[in-house]
Amino acid sequence: MSAVILFVAVIAVVAGWWLSQQRLTARPWLEEGPAGDFPGGDAMTWPAAKIGLGVFLAVASALFILFISAYSMRMDVADWRTLPVPRLLWFNTGVLILSSVALQWSYVAARRDDAEGVMIGLLAGGAAAVIFLGGQLLAWQQLGAAGYFVASNPANSFFYLLTAVHGLHLTGGLVALGRTSTKMWRGAGIADMRLSVELCTIYWHFLLLVWLVLLGLLTGWTDDFVNICRRLLS
Amino acid sequence: MVDIPYEGIAGTPPAEVPDVELYHPRSWWTRYVFSQDAKVIAIQYSLTASAIGLVALVLSWLMRLQLGFPGTFSFIDANQYLQFITMHGMIMVIYLLTALFLGGFGNYLIPLMVGARDMVFPYVNMLSYWVYLLAVLVLASTFFVPGGPTGAGWTLYPPQAILSGTPGQDWGIILMMSSLILFIIGFTMGGLNYVVTVLQARTRGMTLMRLPLTVWGIFTATVMALLAFPALFVASVMLLLDRLLGTSFFMPSLVEMGQQSKYGGGSPLLFQHLFWFFGHPEVYIVALPAFGIVSDLISTHARKNIFGYRMMVWAIVAIGALSFVVWAHHMYVSGMFPQFGYFFATTTLIIAIPTAIKVYNWVLTLWRGDIHLRVPMLFALGFIITFVNGGLTGLFLGNVVVDVPLSDTMFVVAHFHMVMGVAPIMVVLGAIYHWYPKVTGRMYNDALGKFHFWVTFLGAYLIFFPMHYLGLLGVPRRYFELGDTSFIPSSAHSLNAFISVVALTVGFSQMVFLFNLAWSLFKGEASGGNPWRATTLEWQTPETPPGHGNWGKELPVVYRWAYDYSVPGAEEDFIPQNQPPRGTHVVQGAAS
Repeated sequence: MSAVILFVAVIAVVAGWWLSQQRLTARPWLEEGPAGDFPGGDAMTWPAAKIGLGVFLAVASALFILFISAYSMRMDVADWRTLPVPRLLWFNTGVLILSSVALQWSYVAARRDDAEGVMIGLLAGGAAAVIFLGGQLLAWQQLGAAGYFVASNPANSFFYLLTAVHGLHLTGGLVALGRTSTKMWRGAGIADMRLSVELCTIYWHFLLLVWLVLLGLLTGWTDDFVNICRRLLS
Repeated sequence: MVDIPYEGIAGTPPAEVPDVELYHPRSWWTRYVFSQDAKVIAIQYSLTASAIGLVALVLSWLMRLQLGFPGTFSFIDANQYLQFITMHGMIMVIYLLTALFLGGFGNYLIPLMVGARDMVFPYVNMLSYWVYLLAVLVLASTFFVPGGPTGAGWTLYPPQAILSGTPGQDWGIILMMSSLILFIIGFTMGGLNYVVTVLQARTRGMTLMRLPLTVWGIFTATVMALLAFPALFVASVMLLLDRLLGTSFFMPSLVEMGQQSKYGGGSPLLFQHLFWFFGHPEVYIVALPAFGIVSDLISTHARKNIFGYRMMVWAIVAIGALSFVVWAHHMYVSGMFPQFGYFFATTTLIIAIPTAIKVYNWVLTLWRGDIHLRVPMLFALGFIITFVNGGLTGLFLGNVVVDVPLSDTMFVVAHFHMVMGVAPIMVVLGAIYHWYPKVTGRMYNDALGKFHFWVTFLGAYLIFFPMHYLGLLGVPRRYFELGDTSFIPSSAHSLNAFISVVALTVGFSQMVFLFNLAWSLFKGEASGGNPWRATTLEWQTPETPPGHGNWGKELPVVYRWAYDYSVPGAEEDFIPQNQPPRGTHVVQGAAS
């Protein structure tokens, strides 16, 4: 559970930093008068959707880190047999990176008021994400064909579970991306769509990061790193 | 969502606010059923939570019938008893208290108290309720499926939760997990709303340190819930896979009904860690909104500013943070590495400090206040006493050496019912009486309310005080019947019968409460907009009950904190948060 504690500590630091900007030491009973007289402590000026996405990313991070914690605790039991990761995952990873790049392209285009660039970026990103999901399903099929079933070893169970949870999050993202693209297609002004494109891009980068961490875990690349952390903590 | 002009000369009223994005219902269905108005969603949440809570209340009667008069009621068998325990605990903790405090009070009070027109994502807010309702229906459906609901205990510990021999092994456990997963998805949707609304939609002048403590409590609890519920989500998904697909996340190698099971190698302890990583913050997810609400009730009905407002805010934040590092005090007897116990006992005792600060501040608020013993105040006082009682037994159980002999006895049952059963319910009831005039525009019947309080309060003590004693005798919890056991004297059986009689009485007295709410809705006196002469914004709405969009044409502007009661030299004994300072007021009066 040390990974979770670390995560909660990070959240606590961020929250603590934010609270420290909010004049929590003010004496409100003495501060009568309009807001302008007391700088600091106003409501956030960011759009609600952006703050909402930020909070949601914290929740999703908590979810993945808890899965990772469970993974690392279950891994120590003797029956663990790491499964050979299908090569296809490397291709999938490349496609997901391309998807993220395409959305970044779209985001940059939105800032330049380039409607066509936005549309191309969104469609390319969406298509790449769909290919990624298809690739993941294919990887499942390959593993199944090779006899690595979901219940035959905890390593397999975790592989299917983690890829499924990541895939579901990406599917949710595709719904948002689809809505944004549809609105663009129907001719919504680029100024109205800039925020949506930005939020999709942030979410895509987040899911790419999560995937890279999961990949490192599933392929055993991060084992050494995890061991070092463990030694430091104990 | 509306834009509030932030620049401009200080003290001038805001320009008229354009209702560009405020959702307007067009039909009866979208106004009362598929409504996106936080106030309607709050009432939907509250009614659903109360309905399923009544089911849990009936389950507790059935348990008490069995415990008080074992062998008398042939329609209760051992399996059913376990199912009643499980469903009672799960419903009360999650589907009633969490949903009521955050979904009910959160939805109603946050937008009104911070001076917003609605939650920031009304559509997601509506979805949140419907997913919650689905979760409740899935949970309730387990009473009707073959094998009935799960009897694994509300903690659902594997391996027994999914093994044959535990009631509800076929469908009950699967539906329970599915329902929890749905609940968490629904809650996350609502939680995003509560947090972002407090962060982003506060009206002009509403700084964090001018927020009523109710909002602080609900806000902090929501942040905690958003971080803690994923642990339950992870545990539920993995246990569901163990049950459905035969994976071995939690299931060790074991012999089931004389057969070697398909499972092997899993770690039941891992489940306990995940469960309690959620489970302990959950205690404070329920307690923090109660702390906040009770602060406002006490201040309003004692006509005095809350003592140590800053300290109260800091304590809420500190409790929220600390509650993430105490979870393993639920696991002293689980077989985890024993030295962990010392760490968790220490953190557990540290959390008593901010909690005690809050209790002192409530008492000091009352000191030399102008105390009006109205029904909400009675419940608030009942809460303080009950919470102190429950908190003190918590000190017993937080220490490893004291906990080990008391584990799994009725002492634990008495402790957690006092601290997170009776105490938060006192606040829920007090808060319903307090805000009932705002929600309905009518006053409840005072005599019935006082009757309800005294029966509930005294009854709760008659039920749970003796349970401590039973626990000290060694009477175990979760047992269908005690039988003839040498260390349990026959007086313990008489005591059990006594507790059962009182429990049934208190349970039925809740019908008086429901009757009062229903009757007053039609026959109660008109209450006016601010019957308690309270300062916070929800009492200053132009209409009562507040209309769609809450505030008419202009959002309120906040000039002061939430606790200006009995200010020396002021004309009245309260000054609403949106009343300009005296200088400004006079100038405006002269101009008009």
